Amino acid sequence: MLDLWIRYGDRLIDGAAVTVKLVALACVIGLVLAIPLALARRSDRRWIAVPAYLYIYFFRGTPLIVQLALLYYGLAQFEAVRESLFWIVLGDAETCGLLGLTLNTTAYVAEILRGGIAAVPKGEVEAAEACGMSRVTVYRRIVLPRAIRIAWPAYGNEVILLMKGSALVSTITVYDLMGETRSVFSRGYDDTVYLYAAAMYLTLALAVTGTFRLGERRMNRYLRAAG
Amino acid sequence: MSEHSAWSPPPALVVEDIHKSFGALDVLSGVSLTAAAGEVIAIIGSSGSGKSTFLRCINFLEIPDRGRIVLDGEELQVRTDRAGRLTGVDRKQIVRLRSQLGMVFQSFNLWAHMTVLQNVAEGPVRVLKRSKAAAREEAMALLEKVGLEDRHASYPAQLSGGQQQRVAIARALAMQPKVLLFDEPTSSLDPELVGEVLRVMQDLAREGRTMIVVTHEMGFAREVSDRTIFLHRGRIEEEGPPAGLFGAPKSERLQQFLSSQM
Repeated sequence: MLDLWIRYGDRLIDGAAVTVKLVALACVIGLVLAIPLALARRSDRRWIAVPAYLYIYFFRGTPLIVQLALLYYGLAQFEAVRESLFWIVLGDAETCGLLGLTLNTTAYVAEILRGGIAAVPKGEVEAAEACGMSRVTVYRRIVLPRAIRIAWPAYGNEVILLMKGSALVSTITVYDLMGETRSVFSRGYDDTVYLYAAAMYLTLALAVTGTFRLGERRMNRYLRAAG
Repeated sequence: MSEHSAWSPPPALVVEDIHKSFGALDVLSGVSLTAAAGEVIAIIGSSGSGKSTFLRCINFLEIPDRGRIVLDGEELQVRTDRAGRLTGVDRKQIVRLRSQLGMVFQSFNLWAHMTVLQNVAEGPVRVLKRSKAAAREEAMALLEKVGLEDRHASYPAQLSGGQQQRVAIARALAMQPKVLLFDEPTSSLDPELVGEVLRVMQDLAREGRTMIVVTHEMGFAREVSDRTIFLHRGRIEEEGPPAGLFGAPKSERLQQFLSSQM
């Protein structure tokens, strides 16, 4: 069992690094994109709200593996795509995988954020309006900071799901942790490699959970009443 | 405002003929009020009489269906939309007028993610564009005034209701408002905490602040206000100096209301 690690451990670690990179980037970009998407989804104007709704509906309603296949294999069918600038992103498995993960997580995070925004006490928003803050200031200083704190645990959950879901990028030939694992397995059909993979995913999950707990403790100081 | 000749200052606040209905329910049917600078007006009435809605119409948290609002000589620009309702014309003007009307809410509504000091300094920094250092200094002075300077680093959740409401009053004062609006400021407090908030309000009245106070505290209305307005079913049923209103109420409804408050 150990000799498998000695022979292929480096490859698994390289794969884990790819996984970490993809998930971290997808998280950050996804969160940034999710904020305007959540606001659009809450808009009173239908021409803003409906497209946001459809985007979220599509990416939450179809399996990630299908989204990745459509992006990587599906769009490549069109010569126009292959000859366009988009090919820089779509032609490379890894960037294509990153795009898929980002588009997918954006939809989920937007919904999480929408829930957070809806849960901000109405009175605090009124207090901000009553002191003469502009709408932008009310959102920037009161609504969004409160919403992100409220939604934080749910967001941490989404990051864990995204981390596990990222294994699917191996289906579009990305050598992430899962991709490397499958490749090692195909050499000798030694299934202990899956055990290693599971242990490494668990370690990553532990890191994510720890990070979020730390963040929560820092951000939610305000909830702890003094003794 | 022809009744005011050139030498007299304009009233701090003029509110004229406010109408507001929610669906088929008429909450306000033509309520008017003029507050001279430094005047303290108490608005009393049973729940459902429209007193809170009236207060919320003054700073456009609730948009009245009809009426005029003039703050320190500046009239709020409104127009009637296709559905026959009022809407603000100039969002910037609404925001500016709001910044000159301090509001204290029944449920405090402090921003929970900010410390006490940040709560008080936030408006001056973001709206009045004060420097952070100056705003913090002024905020500390106001906290001292309401007796909470030692709690400046606490979060609202760590304070009692009475302390939170005092912070909320400091937050309203920080905007240097022309008129202070109080929406049942002691109604969600435990009885033993009401006194500390009323004392702060009494001090403000003594300083000559213009205040409109919606309240259930008959003692406060009686002792502190210059004029008391009794609202019943969206109309002013009786108004006048508190001595007369409480001592010899003319309207039968006010008599009933006062005897139910004893």
